[in-house]
Amino acid sequence: MNDMSLLERRVDTKDTKISARKVQVFYGDTHAIKDVDVDIQDKTVTAFIGPSGCGKSTFLRCLNRMNDTIDICRVTGDIMLDGEDIYDRRVDPVQLRAKVGMVFQKPNPFPKSIYDNVAYGPKIHGLAKNKAELDEIVEKALRRGAIWNEVKDRLHAPGTGLSGGQQQRLCIARAIATEPEVLLMDEPCSALDPIATAQVEELIDELRQSYSVVIVTHSMQQAARVSQKTAFFHLGNLVEYDDTSTIFTNPSDPRTESYITGRIG
Amino acid sequence: MTDASMGATPAAKGSLTTEDARTKKRNAAEKRFQMYGIAAIGAGLFFLLVLLVSILSSGLGAFQQTFIEVPVYLDPAKLDKNGNRDPAEMAKVSTFGYGPLIEQAIFAQVEANGIATPLDSSKDMKALISASAAAQVRDVVLANPDLVGETVSFRMLAASRVDGYLKGRVQREDVARDKNIDAEHLDLTDAFVDAGIVAKQFNIDFVIGADASESRPEQAGLGVSMLGSLFMMIVVLVLALPIGVAASIYLEEFAPQNRWTDLIEVNISNLAAVPSIVFGILGLAVFIQFAHLPQSAPLVGGLVLTLMTLPTIIISTRASLKAVPPSIRDAALGLGASRTQSVFHHVLPLAMPGILTGTIIGLAQALGETAPLLLIGMVGYIATNYPDGLASGFMDPNSAMPAQIYEWAKRADPAYYERAWGGIIILLLFLMTMNIIAIILRRRFERRW
Ligand SMILES: Nc1ncnc2c1ncn2[C@@H]1O[C@H](COP(=O)(O)OP(=O)(O)OP(=O)(O)O)[C@@H](O)[C@H]1O
Ligand SMILES: [Mg+2]
Repeated sequence: MNDMSLLERRVDTKDTKISARKVQVFYGDTHAIKDVDVDIQDKTVTAFIGPSGCGKSTFLRCLNRMNDTIDICRVTGDIMLDGEDIYDRRVDPVQLRAKVGMVFQKPNPFPKSIYDNVAYGPKIHGLAKNKAELDEIVEKALRRGAIWNEVKDRLHAPGTGLSGGQQQRLCIARAIATEPEVLLMDEPCSALDPIATAQVEELIDELRQSYSVVIVTHSMQQAARVSQKTAFFHLGNLVEYDDTSTIFTNPSDPRTESYITGRIG
Repeated sequence: MTDASMGATPAAKGSLTTEDARTKKRNAAEKRFQMYGIAAIGAGLFFLLVLLVSILSSGLGAFQQTFIEVPVYLDPAKLDKNGNRDPAEMAKVSTFGYGPLIEQAIFAQVEANGIATPLDSSKDMKALISASAAAQVRDVVLANPDLVGETVSFRMLAASRVDGYLKGRVQREDVARDKNIDAEHLDLTDAFVDAGIVAKQFNIDFVIGADASESRPEQAGLGVSMLGSLFMMIVVLVLALPIGVAASIYLEEFAPQNRWTDLIEVNISNLAAVPSIVFGILGLAVFIQFAHLPQSAPLVGGLVLTLMTLPTIIISTRASLKAVPPSIRDAALGLGASRTQSVFHHVLPLAMPGILTGTIIGLAQALGETAPLLLIGMVGYIATNYPDGLASGFMDPNSAMPAQIYEWAKRADPAYYERAWGGIIILLLFLMTMNIIAIILRRRFERRW
């Protein structure tokens, strides 16, 4: 487990993967995200923290345009992925979501077999030429999702028959099977026990080698453990965005300080 | 309102083994409510029982028919005058030529069994047999010309009065006013029953046969109208299922939520409540008067019933699509599936049992529907057995089960009343089967997520 102290953690400047400018989100008349500017770096874990209802999930869902599925939701501003505006008219959200994968707060496996759950993404994106390749992709994803050992003997049992924590890891495996470049995780550990949480955190740390990971979490400790960058949201505003060590040891905004010390939220 | 006491000081606690006043009152209320429920269910069951008993007691008789078993001498002098057994020539002898042969055969039975009766000629036997007997014998003879000259045993339908007498529908007192049959015939019937010549037997022709004229209720069957209903149901299934499912998927999964879709939704719900006769007159105006489709055709009936069934299918399909948790759609979209992929790979399979149940229930409704069929003339009188006259199925005039039952109930002869009830039993069997299939489907494919 990743147990370095905060001060020891080295944060190196890397390329910007996603950059958001002046992002506003409205649900009908509700102004859920107000003027958010943020640069999310490649090969980095970025944590979104903040009190419930402050817009973390909303902003996360902007990054792969999952908000498109909500009729009343309106997004303005620019979000660039590798320099391309993802809200451009010509961008197909389907292609975008293949690049920017997502793990949801509530485990949501398909009511199909474990194998089919993981194989679905690679299948629709044509990542495997034949059954053997697909088998390989599935196994690799399940291994990286830290669930292979538990399911290798029942790959064709329904994914819905797993425990909540296993389901969540299955969903993570399913998301990384499509080889996304960015992985968005909305409170991936809220349904997990400490052991599974540790496994997922380890996985996140490993994913950082190849992906940019954005994780929403309510656990300060988790944010401190896994992330290199932390963004603090409050009432739809991005209050502070900095290196994780800075946020947790020397925040510049009083609201951040009161939140991480447990006085608001 | 809660039952918790909210006073500042907690009330003194009594023993748990004695009910306090509040608990007593609550338990009494609960018991009273349960009694109402049981009484309501009891009343429902009682009426159901009355219904079933009356249907079965009035209708079961239709499945049995009185038959007369007689050896008929196929007289070559009458049936094949030239003696060359040429079917074309033999076909010139009409059923009138066969009547006397049959009457003689029955009279021979009177004499052979030594029955004493004032009816002393073969002509007097006519009232005992169905008018259909001559055609029955003629069909056999034309199919096998070599039988001419031999004596062949036939099991032919008894006249409906004889049948009614054995079933208790025709009483001796009524016979005096009936010009179709006399008391002597009833005596003779009794004697024949004793001799084992006349007996009630299961009548498959009631289930698979064609309708018959007003004067031959003993010959009428539901089979051809069953075929009409089948053709209509095929039309309904082929049209209503895809149209209904496509419309529901679009409305539920793709259409934006706005005033137009709200309006459409309200109208679909209203359509489901429109009386079926309105669809009937609409079908008459559009399909027959405007589009000039043939009257009484199962195609038109099917189109009208499709209109009627569509709202039911759309409503149940939308309900089962709605019941699929949104997280499944999110999961698929989050993996980069398109909306269509998410619907067809994940949502639709999960909604399928609900859709099928809704469709079957819609079909069952359509199967029992009568009023719109009357308006488009789906009460064709078809007296020929299939396949004759039904070769082109969808476009040929036909009737449908409920319309046929209605027709029978309308006819004057009380023998038809029994057949109407018998038809209702068959119709109910079909409806029950469809509902059971729907239940099995629902149980079978019920999924957890
Ligand atoms: N589908 C929606 N329709 C309308 N309003 C919404 C919708 N989803 C979120 N909101 C509103 O947007 C605001 C931000 O919600 P969001 O779900 O992003 O919060 P969050 O930070 O993820 O909270 P939590 O930590 O509890 O998950 C809230 O005020 C919420 O009421
Ligand atoms: Mg959230």
